[in-house]
Amino acid sequence: MLTKRIIPCLDIKEGRVVKGIKFVNLIDAGDPIELASFYEKEEADELVFLDITASWEKRNIIIELAGKTAEKVFIPFTIGGGIRNLEDIYYLLRVGADKVSINTAAVLNPFLIQEASLKFGSSTIVVAIDAVKIDFDWEVVINGGRTRTGLRILDWAKRVERLGAGEILLTSMDKDGTKEGYDIKLTKIVSENVNIPIIASGGAGKPEHLYEVLVEGKADAALAASIFHKKEYSIPKVKEFLGKRGVEIRLAKEKVKDEKNNG
Amino acid sequence: MMVIVDYGMGNLKSVQNAFVKVGYKTVITDDPNLIKKAGAIVLPGVGAFRDAIKFLKDKKIDKELIDAIKAGKPFLGICLGMQLLFTFSEEGGLFDGLNIIPGRVKRFPASVKCPHLGWDKIKFTHNSNYNINPIFKGVLDGSYFYFVHSYYCEVNNPKIIYSTTDYGLVFPSSIWKGNLFGVQFHPEKSSKQGLRILKNFGELS
Repeated sequence: MLTKRIIPCLDIKEGRVVKGIKFVNLIDAGDPIELASFYEKEEADELVFLDITASWEKRNIIIELAGKTAEKVFIPFTIGGGIRNLEDIYYLLRVGADKVSINTAAVLNPFLIQEASLKFGSSTIVVAIDAVKIDFDWEVVINGGRTRTGLRILDWAKRVERLGAGEILLTSMDKDGTKEGYDIKLTKIVSENVNIPIIASGGAGKPEHLYEVLVEGKADAALAASIFHKKEYSIPKVKEFLGKRGVEIRLAKEKVKDEKNNG
Repeated sequence: MMVIVDYGMGNLKSVQNAFVKVGYKTVITDDPNLIKKAGAIVLPGVGAFRDAIKFLKDKKIDKELIDAIKAGKPFLGICLGMQLLFTFSEEGGLFDGLNIIPGRVKRFPASVKCPHLGWDKIKFTHNSNYNINPIFKGVLDGSYFYFVHSYYCEVNNPKIIYSTTDYGLVFPSSIWKGNLFGVQFHPEKSSKQGLRILKNFGELS
């Protein structure tokens, strides 16, 4: 059985991790590669780097970071944030990113999804969708939630799938940052209406929230930031919690067994 | 010299990085002469079957790969790199492969989400320690590996299937025939267990 994925998300600004990270055992808590290696050891299933660098001149820093990460980290990672065109995607994949996530640029030019997936393969193209609740539905927003698009969530999600996206990273802007739990209804309706994997995002505050979104929300993966960064819950603890409740998960205990057998 | 075949697509750098991590130098190339001289060959995989096979044929790499396998050189096909060894693929139509392994490449049924993406378990087909595949040395039955694929291999001769994985249907997640190794998952992205497989393969080179 395919396991559900647990994905920590790192916010990156000018090559450094931002937001309060409270790891005592890291030499440099702002170093994305050190943090990524730590998460690999913790058995994170994948990583997402979200680049929030504002200045265009400093955009190439993220490409360097992707290259260095690929040298040190041996689980898949996705780079998102500010990706505009095929050229941006090409450079990120060439240096070793496994996937890129496109958001605003995909809404402004949906054919970017098609061109990119034909050129680089669907499995490298994640479309990030930010949604807000409206009466009886959800609307797609862009520019970090500042701009409404008038697009209804299912119309856009299905179109994204048809255009060749390999995955959808679905963020509830209503829940993001609240730690009150994911938007289960939103996740479920999208997951049931497309045939590509859904990564749920926005609202994780405790292990129960991940359980809800993976089981009731039918998400294929759960993305979380602060609960891992602030060490409120470790990834092995969250996975153990999920595993005990019957969620198919890549469990940390395999490592123990493995080390015993192979020295 | 170990060679990673460059067929104009795919994330070759990650495969090379992973070999560096376990102590092996590799050369990324699409030069048939260099491939001819290689001691071991890795055919990695991301991209579309049709484009990949066309590239291999246009560059006359296909013949070198077939010769190397016949000559007994260690050969590792990863994901699409394994699928390319088959007779034909149904990806995007019907396309001939290298026809080294009799069988076909088929799409997963619509009953499961496509691609098969994430960490999944492998189950060895043999039931004891005998006849252990050298690249799986130290890897336990039931280990998890990272998969990304929408197509799977259907092998005519089930004896070459070394492990299977269950995703809506049971498909071969690795194959083994003498010097020829194929894995449907991505060892270069499968953390410690994946690196172990690449290290084992490196030791054969």
